[in-house]
Amino acid sequence: MAVLTEEQSMLRDAAKSWVSEKSPVTAFRKMRDSGNEDGFDKAAWKEIAEMGWTGIIIPEEFGGSGLGYLTLGLVLEEMGRTLTAAPLLSTAAATSALLIAGNDAQKKEWLPKLAEGKAIAALAVDEKSHHAPSHMTLEAKKTGGGYTLNGKKLFVQDGGAADLLVVAARTAGKADEKNGITLFLVPGNASGLKRTKLKSVDSRGVANLEFHNVEVPGSAVLGAVDNGFDVLDATLDRARAALAAEMLGAATQEFETTLDYLKTRVQFGQVIGTFQALQHRAAKMFTDLELTRSCVEAALTAIDRNANDIPALVSLAKAKVNELAHLVSNEMVQMHGGIGMTDAHDSGLYLKRARAAEATYGSASFHRDRYARLMGY
Amino acid sequence: MSAAEKLDPELESFRAEARAWLAENFPPSLKDKDVSMTAMAGITLSGDAKLWQERMGAKGWGTPTYPKQYGGGGLTNAQARVLQQEMARIGAKNPIGGMGVMMFGPTLLEYGNEEQKARHVPGIVTGTVRWCQGYSEPNAGSDLAALRTQAVDKGDHYLVNGQKIWTSGAQFADWCFCLVRTDNSKKHEGISFLLIDMKSPGVEVRPIKLISGNSPFCETFFTDVKVPKENLMGPLNGGWTIGKRLLQFERAGLGSGGGSAGRGGAAQGIDEIAKKYVGTDEKGRIAEHQMSARAFALTIARAQAEAKSNAGPNQTTSIMKNAGSKLQQERAELLLEIMGSQGLGWEGEGFTREEIESTRAWLGGKAVTIYGGTAEIQNNIIAKRILGLLDHQ
Ligand SMILES: Cc1cc2nc3c(=O)[nH]c(=O)nc-3n(C[C@H](O)[C@H](O)[C@H](O)COP(=O)(O)OP(=O)(O)OC[C@H]3O[C@@H](n4cnc5c(N)ncnc54)[C@H](O)[C@@H]3O)c2cc1C
Repeated sequence: MAVLTEEQSMLRDAAKSWVSEKSPVTAFRKMRDSGNEDGFDKAAWKEIAEMGWTGIIIPEEFGGSGLGYLTLGLVLEEMGRTLTAAPLLSTAAATSALLIAGNDAQKKEWLPKLAEGKAIAALAVDEKSHHAPSHMTLEAKKTGGGYTLNGKKLFVQDGGAADLLVVAARTAGKADEKNGITLFLVPGNASGLKRTKLKSVDSRGVANLEFHNVEVPGSAVLGAVDNGFDVLDATLDRARAALAAEMLGAATQEFETTLDYLKTRVQFGQVIGTFQALQHRAAKMFTDLELTRSCVEAALTAIDRNANDIPALVSLAKAKVNELAHLVSNEMVQMHGGIGMTDAHDSGLYLKRARAAEATYGSASFHRDRYARLMGY
Repeated sequence: MSAAEKLDPELESFRAEARAWLAENFPPSLKDKDVSMTAMAGITLSGDAKLWQERMGAKGWGTPTYPKQYGGGGLTNAQARVLQQEMARIGAKNPIGGMGVMMFGPTLLEYGNEEQKARHVPGIVTGTVRWCQGYSEPNAGSDLAALRTQAVDKGDHYLVNGQKIWTSGAQFADWCFCLVRTDNSKKHEGISFLLIDMKSPGVEVRPIKLISGNSPFCETFFTDVKVPKENLMGPLNGGWTIGKRLLQFERAGLGSGGGSAGRGGAAQGIDEIAKKYVGTDEKGRIAEHQMSARAFALTIARAQAEAKSNAGPNQTTSIMKNAGSKLQQERAELLLEIMGSQGLGWEGEGFTREEIESTRAWLGGKAVTIYGGTAEIQNNIIAKRILGLLDHQ
């Protein structure tokens, strides 16, 4: 655990007790079984906003607390432990784009609402089934003073419930070029925008978006025209690091639950934790958890310090946390035996969330490649 | 197919016979369709599927090596292999399956008395009687011999009380082969093998939902269930040996036939799927999987060839269950990764049926390293029995 300021530890403790009292896994299960289309509980989201978590990365002048990404990560980690589903991560991702590239008017319009949790925001990037931030075909054509958007986005996290969408579009160049990408602020209720809420394996709110001649004014451009890729990449890094924190929390909980089971389940007249075949695997998971925590905290801290190695540290963290999530979620099922295969047990819920999160904002393989490129090989 | 087989004139005449019978009796509409497990899922067959099952059942070729006198095919192992080749050639799958065929039938043939065989084998051969496996209990999983379901001698019958769990297909089963405790003073030597009619008063099943969304298995409760004494298979308190023998059949089935990844065909398809979603196999991940699948297929072939020449199973078969189930799970994970967000659907719009099915199969497949003896228990068996590595004292 990183060395925390008093404020940070208070917030983390508050998050710990809120998730255990107000948002345990049973709450997620209830939300899932209720057929909730948004993939999160509105009342819980309201409480999250009231506790100020929506404003953690937003500067005080815009109504936030400006505590930064490490603090956001602490909260997300606790939420990850109990599989709390809320649009906090998506909103933080889109908010990051505004913080990085928004002009004064845009910030004044959106940041206070986002800080208060009055608006939900989402980041619409991918168009294929795999994360590929430079693959952009959604077309934004200059028409008069504004732009007309045509194309689609797949599997947008909280895209169905979002009031504000930060949309990456192509204003010049070809599909896989970094140049010619521009970011736009598009209201969720824009006319011509068709949103299809999907039923995903992890029961979260994801949506496919179709843009049919969606018109936006020139003031909707976020950052520089045609030069949006760097902003997008930096935004994604914040989203990836935040997601890594959530995944770390989930993996930690999976590990602790499994460890408890190893200490209580009796077979052959002894607790199964006495078998070395399981002991060594528990020790390996613990080792990986410790290594991964260092990477996740380093990435979040680098973002707060605006360090120049953010991309490499983020790819390191996401690759490591993906591997961790994969391993621990599988072990959780396996070490629980038959009970781990049942829907009534939490193992399956964690397993499903793990795979969805692994695929979001880049698989381990995507981040290994990116890390290699950043390191110059 | 070995050279020797090819030249054997008797086998070749059987091949001609099988080919002719299949041409006449296999409904082409069932090409590449596997209906063998539908009974366990409570699905009643109709149309061509029903016809195919009836024909194969009557011929006995769904259980090709079972003796003729009980309705089996009465084929030699070599003939059965020829039949399999001929079926594979035209995409015909065996329509007779389930726990009766895979596990209970072979055990019954070895340990059942004449009356039991005459009574129970025919229903297995025709696929008309469905069996379930009453082994596991809440506190007796890996440590199966810790089971506590009691069968008390009441003169002409046993009175059974207790609870089984994870009983696959119990909600649709006609009969249950069950391990019960008949002596409390000994662990392994106090267990008997009992056949229980699932329609007996006092049997209650409650389906359990799996992480994949289906409910293929149940909790099974026995409350004062009267079981006629003639349903005891093998000696009183001699059930452990029989129960273990049945597990060998189960594991062999799970390893070779059961793990679909083990069949070369299925595993080859993954590169086609990959092309659609991700293009080329840049990092050799698909090739890596295909190579493991190939190694497994070659090992099955080698074990079969060796078993034939040495007359009897060899040590190689001990690795099949773990190798096969690992392969199946790796394939499912790889497929999920290949499909990306398209592999993350649960139901409804935005995903194809194939995508949803493979996601559900990925989840359901997590069980293959758990049932039939967990991967850990299998490794313990390999280490102790095959490699001679004993527990530390
Ligand atoms: C889909 C499915 C279908 C099934 N169908 C049937 C059925 O039809 N009939 C039936 O009777 N049973 C069935 N089972 C039950 C299955 O056989 C048991 O789940 C299995 O034997 C494990 O027992 P358990 O669940 O009690 O786990 P446990 O035995 O409690 O095991 C928990 C963990 O501890 C490990 N472990 C235990 N002992 C050791 C050891 N000595 N060394 C190292 N590790 C150890 C296990 O490998 C596992 O990882 C089914 C299970 C599933 C998931």
